[in-house]
Amino acid sequence: MATLPAPLSIPPDRSPWVVHFNCNSCNGCDIEFLACLTPLYDVERFGILHIGNPKHADVLVVTGSVNHRNARVLRNVYDQMPSPKVVVALGVCASTGGIFRECYNVLGGVHTVVPVDVYVPGCPPKPEAMIDGIVQAAQILRDKRAHPRDGQAAITPITLVPQPAPAAAAPAQEAVHA
Amino acid sequence: MTSYARLIVEILAVIIGAPILGAFLMGVDRKITARMQSRQGPPLLQPFYDLIKLFRKDAIAVNRIQIVYAYLHLAFMVLACVLFVLGQDSLMLLFVLAFSTLSLVMGGMCVRSPYSRIGSQREIIMMVAYEPILILMVVGYYLTNGSFTISDAFHSSKPLIQTLPLLFIAFVMVVAVKWQKSPFDLATSHHAHQEIVKGITIEYSGPYLGVIELAHCYEVALFFVWIGLFGATHWLLGAALAVAAFFMAIVMDNLMARLTTMWMFRFMWTIALGLAMTNILWLYVK
Repeated sequence: MATLPAPLSIPPDRSPWVVHFNCNSCNGCDIEFLACLTPLYDVERFGILHIGNPKHADVLVVTGSVNHRNARVLRNVYDQMPSPKVVVALGVCASTGGIFRECYNVLGGVHTVVPVDVYVPGCPPKPEAMIDGIVQAAQILRDKRAHPRDGQAAITPITLVPQPAPAAAAPAQEAVHA
Repeated sequence: MTSYARLIVEILAVIIGAPILGAFLMGVDRKITARMQSRQGPPLLQPFYDLIKLFRKDAIAVNRIQIVYAYLHLAFMVLACVLFVLGQDSLMLLFVLAFSTLSLVMGGMCVRSPYSRIGSQREIIMMVAYEPILILMVVGYYLTNGSFTISDAFHSSKPLIQTLPLLFIAFVMVVAVKWQKSPFDLATSHHAHQEIVKGITIEYSGPYLGVIELAHCYEVALFFVWIGLFGATHWLLGAALAVAAFFMAIVMDNLMARLTTMWMFRFMWTIALGLAMTNILWLYVK
């Protein structure tokens, strides 16, 4: 199902729904990102909605560097998003690890855990730069729609997400460290 | 034979026309809301873009029952729209609408997410809050027209608003609940995407979320036209009532905070139900 005839296929970049995940950020990027929602910047004019749920989202916006604690959580959020999806690394910490890069607990930028499509460096980036990055991500979203699953294995028409394992059987968060 | 052909054409017109009207109304809503907040706002056709995008995403589901409930929700909502436009029994319409909402509730209940279940519980309380008013409204139809059928409202000598003015006010409150407008957008909301993480729809994604959004388009269109039924004898009056109520709902949506479920329940069972009861008693005594 889930496919429409060609005349109805409006490019998906008109409604990129964004889910925001704060990995290890100092909240500077998050505050600036929330400024994009205000009437001054008004991201809704691009059809961008700030969704709190990865299952509804098209764009994953990550702020802050990845560490051993949150790598598994970030991967989980990414895996719950239905394809096509893109990832935006917001701020220099998310892009490379930033000033926390050499810390003993930091893995580095977001690309160490999930594939990143757009990097928006800055500490923090201006809201204009963030909006520009998300609009670019929406263009990539459209390209991914045009060429579905380039280099990816074909999946079944309906994917059933397995029910979460009981708490005792789930691996400890530190398992990523090993 | 021609009557059959006409019937089929009418049904097809509802099935195709209702979601277009509903999505267009939602687009107007988002635009007016944005202008009220001195924003530019999304394009007028944004709900269409959102719907088409959802149907083109990967189909991921938590379990298969959830998918069945999403489609049942849509099917009953389409049936309700068809029953309304064909001028059928309004009691039957209420039952079909209740089945549609119950399918949504069951879909929210069949997953393990606590947010989804909280959303479902709130949806049930909302149903309990507004159903008595809908039933009283149908009683009002009977006391005015002598029948429960919707088509009789068109053949009456005077519009329903003349005999059911207080029930009209109560019905607009019910419609605010069905349109997910503040202060009643408790089970799921158009604005608060982070609060209780979108409630009842949290575990739906891609095309199945699209099915639920499509059903909501039908719902918006159905209640918009239903408000117009209060001025059915003069179509201009009906259209004016529907547009005024729609605009009023948007204004209230922007003015009001989201309140608690039990506040909504108390409000509906005192103020709205009181208005409806007064109207019925007045009709009965008169």
